[in-house]
Amino acid sequence: MREQKNILGNIDWVMVGIYLLLVLLGWFNIYSAIFNENHKSIFDITQNYGKQLMWILTSVLLALFIMAIDSKFFSQFAFGIYGFFLLLLMVVLLAGQTTNGAKSWLGFGGFGIQPSEFAKFATNLALAKYLSSSDINIKDLKTKIYATLILLIPTALILLQNDTGSAIVYAAFILVLYREGLSGNILVFGLIAAILFILVLLINKFIISGIILAVALIFIYFIRKNRRGIITVVIFLVLTIGFVFTVDYLFQHVLQDHQRQRINVLLGKEIDLKGAGYNVNQSKIAIGSGGFWGKGYLNGTQTKFNFVPEQSTDFIFCTIGEEWGFLGSFIIVGLLIGLLIRIIFIAERQRSPFSRIYGYGVASILFMHIMVNIGMALGLLPVIGIPLPFFSYGGSSLWSFTILLFIFIKQDSYRLNLL
Amino acid sequence: MKKTYNNRKYVVITIFLVVGFLFIARLFFLQIFDNSYILSANKNALRFVTNYPARGLIYDRNNKLLVYNEAVYDLMVVPKHVKEFDTAELCNLVGITKEDVIQKLQKAREYSPYAASIFEKQISKTNYGYLQEKLYKYSGFYVQSRTLRKYPLSVAAHTLGYIGEIGTEVTDSYYKSGDYIGMSGLEKYYEPVLRGQKGSKIVMVDAFNREKGSFHNGIYDTVAIAGEPLYSTLDVDIQAYAEQLMKDKVGSIVAIEPATGEILTMVSSPTYDPNLLVGRVRGQNYNKLLVDPTKPLFDRALMAVYPPGSIFKIIQSLVGLEEGVIKESTAFPCDKSLLGCHNHPNATSLKSAIKMSCNPYFYQVFRKEIQHGLASDRFTDSELGLNLWSDKVLSFGLGQRLGVDIPNVKKGRIPDANYYDKIYGHHAWAFSTIYSLSIGQGEMGIIPLQMANIAAIFANRGYYYTPHFVKAIGKNKSINPLYLKKNLTKVSDKYFQVVADAMYEVVNEPGGTASQARIDSIIVCGKTGTAQNPHGEDHSIFIAFAPMHNPKIAVAVYIENAGFGGVWAAPIASLIIEKYLTKKIKRKDLEERMINAKLMSKH
Ligand SMILES: [Zn+2]
Repeated sequence: MREQKNILGNIDWVMVGIYLLLVLLGWFNIYSAIFNENHKSIFDITQNYGKQLMWILTSVLLALFIMAIDSKFFSQFAFGIYGFFLLLLMVVLLAGQTTNGAKSWLGFGGFGIQPSEFAKFATNLALAKYLSSSDINIKDLKTKIYATLILLIPTALILLQNDTGSAIVYAAFILVLYREGLSGNILVFGLIAAILFILVLLINKFIISGIILAVALIFIYFIRKNRRGIITVVIFLVLTIGFVFTVDYLFQHVLQDHQRQRINVLLGKEIDLKGAGYNVNQSKIAIGSGGFWGKGYLNGTQTKFNFVPEQSTDFIFCTIGEEWGFLGSFIIVGLLIGLLIRIIFIAERQRSPFSRIYGYGVASILFMHIMVNIGMALGLLPVIGIPLPFFSYGGSSLWSFTILLFIFIKQDSYRLNLL
Repeated sequence: MKKTYNNRKYVVITIFLVVGFLFIARLFFLQIFDNSYILSANKNALRFVTNYPARGLIYDRNNKLLVYNEAVYDLMVVPKHVKEFDTAELCNLVGITKEDVIQKLQKAREYSPYAASIFEKQISKTNYGYLQEKLYKYSGFYVQSRTLRKYPLSVAAHTLGYIGEIGTEVTDSYYKSGDYIGMSGLEKYYEPVLRGQKGSKIVMVDAFNREKGSFHNGIYDTVAIAGEPLYSTLDVDIQAYAEQLMKDKVGSIVAIEPATGEILTMVSSPTYDPNLLVGRVRGQNYNKLLVDPTKPLFDRALMAVYPPGSIFKIIQSLVGLEEGVIKESTAFPCDKSLLGCHNHPNATSLKSAIKMSCNPYFYQVFRKEIQHGLASDRFTDSELGLNLWSDKVLSFGLGQRLGVDIPNVKKGRIPDANYYDKIYGHHAWAFSTIYSLSIGQGEMGIIPLQMANIAAIFANRGYYYTPHFVKAIGKNKSINPLYLKKNLTKVSDKYFQVVADAMYEVVNEPGGTASQARIDSIIVCGKTGTAQNPHGEDHSIFIAFAPMHNPKIAVAVYIENAGFGGVWAAPIASLIIEKYLTKKIKRKDLEERMINAKLMSKH
């Protein structure tokens, strides 16, 4: 009896509340974004807003289901679930349907799911399970290799589906590894790599290499007494210049035309408002025209009249920006970042490493989605089609985010029962 | 003891906050700092649509409709929205071939895949009815309505004029390319009245240019103001009758109400059905009319400068009386060595000279008018005399552009000394050079409207109101003050009655040249003319007014290459008078003969 009371009492209602709020706001925004004069009812099942309500209701059922099953289920079957979804990813490669150039859908007679969406929580479970094993030390090379493998296998499968957006999300797990003890240098290197990446694309690779060489020589001059130091600098120098040329090669020869174009547009090297730059430009216009107060619910002209493509999925933030203005956008960004921080705090209060690592994984995945999606809508990042958690239209993504979050809420509600 | 890394949560949270902060900063920049996005959004989503007003209607003097607007429908297409459709059915509905469909679609696609272009212009009302029912099957097609001018009675083409797409020569910023503007006639002269005021409407459109409703419920929209009506002076019954009489004849009829200067009818023959120059058949018909050797587009009543012939003798008489060189009783013998004449008794008075239209008589009159003996040499004498003469003649509204409310009216020509100096040189000409003017020949030229105006001056016994076609403009029925002003001639009123009496005799007394113009119940006064024409048969001319006392109508009839004025022009003029004053024709035989006469073959 005591346990029964605890389940409800220990649920973190802040997370649940933010979740419900975001999902409902998302639904209203989808209604506004694709409002159809002939189907005015928000419940109209023939329209995507009617369907989204269906996804929301089934998501609530899913959440209730997760809350009802045994709390140890997910940690016990973490690898099994992981394996199952890897299998599904492979099935998609063989028998999937292609949408927007990505072969990521599995159809079951008129009804489709996107295994890549579900693979995220499955990977998260597997990583948490592995890293929380008692004899694990992340400093060990073996651990690093296994952890990397757990992440790389689904990433590779998703890349093979040509779904770059979903694959990028897996980079988020670096935050989890960092929290679990991976050297902080990885973040510094990541930052340096990102800056170098942008510089290489903006400026000629030889000029960049020259600057790096000059900096290294000056550095060597000052530490010329220290042989070990010189060797470190030289290694660093070779790696950096190698990175510069690799990036350039990848960009010129490996990236597909449309990807290269999107990046060029973002960097301002290419202005093409009708082609690759169209989406972002229209998106900025829609958001920018919202002003401080916004145009009011259902009053957006840019999103409503199809100027912004994909306005109910990848560019849903435009509707928020246009109709709710700076104020509304501020609140939504605040709610999303607030949810992330809440998850981190809750994760830190877990007694079980599995729950903590899983919690960090949840926050990291959501963070990556939010950063890439809103960053793209605001013209800060290249166009990468991934959904905004809880907002974007789509059954698979809403279900997968719901499962992802509620497994964590379930774990958290049982934290006191664990020793 | 395992090292714990729980302080690293702060690094992670900081990363989240930094990204959140970047978003807020970017939002601030886009939404609050930079206003250009609002403008771009408006440019995206707002279209400024012109509301075209209905063009003003034109009525005749009895409020019968002469011109109205009829809705026509353009079939528009947005190529990007076109889905597969039943080509054969569409061909049937619109009346075009399959090749046309392919070609039109291709053209529209080249213009713009997203913007609408005209697929088929001006679909008739009936076809539109059928089309409207089936249109739902044709994705990407829609119908846009416009108005066309329509002429229910198919008369007065030259007077009413036509409208056409604006050309590059118009610089008025009111017009945009593709707008319609009056090109001739009343349509051109009263363009600012008829056109109304365009309105504008801001509509919201989506990315595919589809209308999505009005912007801010239309608070920035302006309503189009319909064009004002014109109440013309034309009598449509007389107009139609006159056109009927002029069938198969080349020339003009102009009739004026003398007391007001209102033009009752104006015919230039051959004419055309004004409905031909409307809609999608316009271009084709226009070109056909343009190359027609009988020049139906040419408005002879206002633009053909003819020699007036003998009708000018009545003005010659007045100038002589005014200058005191002749008297009512002046007699000259019919000396055919001076000028050719027909056989008639010698004129014993001015009246009998007019009645019989004696050429040598007016040779003498004109000689006296020119040779006053004001100078010792005949050249200077002629120069001074001609200028005195032309000064008086001009006051009859000749040799000058009458202020009629139709553009491109010809002045005609009344030569003065300066004119002959240019041809022959100063003091190189004298009366002997210019005597043809005495009988309305030579360098003199008059348009039919001026001839009718002469008749009106005699009807009024000495003055005229500027002839005009519109007696009231717009709903408040304003009138051009120019048309309320009485124009006096430079001849005293007292001399007119003599000539008017002579004009009575021309028609009503034995020996008069226009006995065929006699009407039992109405006293018609007139003067015939037969102008010599170096290119062929003489022109047949007659001007008249009726009734003699308190005249209601003044009319001029000019028929090219028809021969004697008394034979064709006079009876036709009298039929117009009879029709106007009695509303019916008693002289059925005459009427039938005139209508059926084909005088064009002599051309
Ligand atoms: Zn004679």
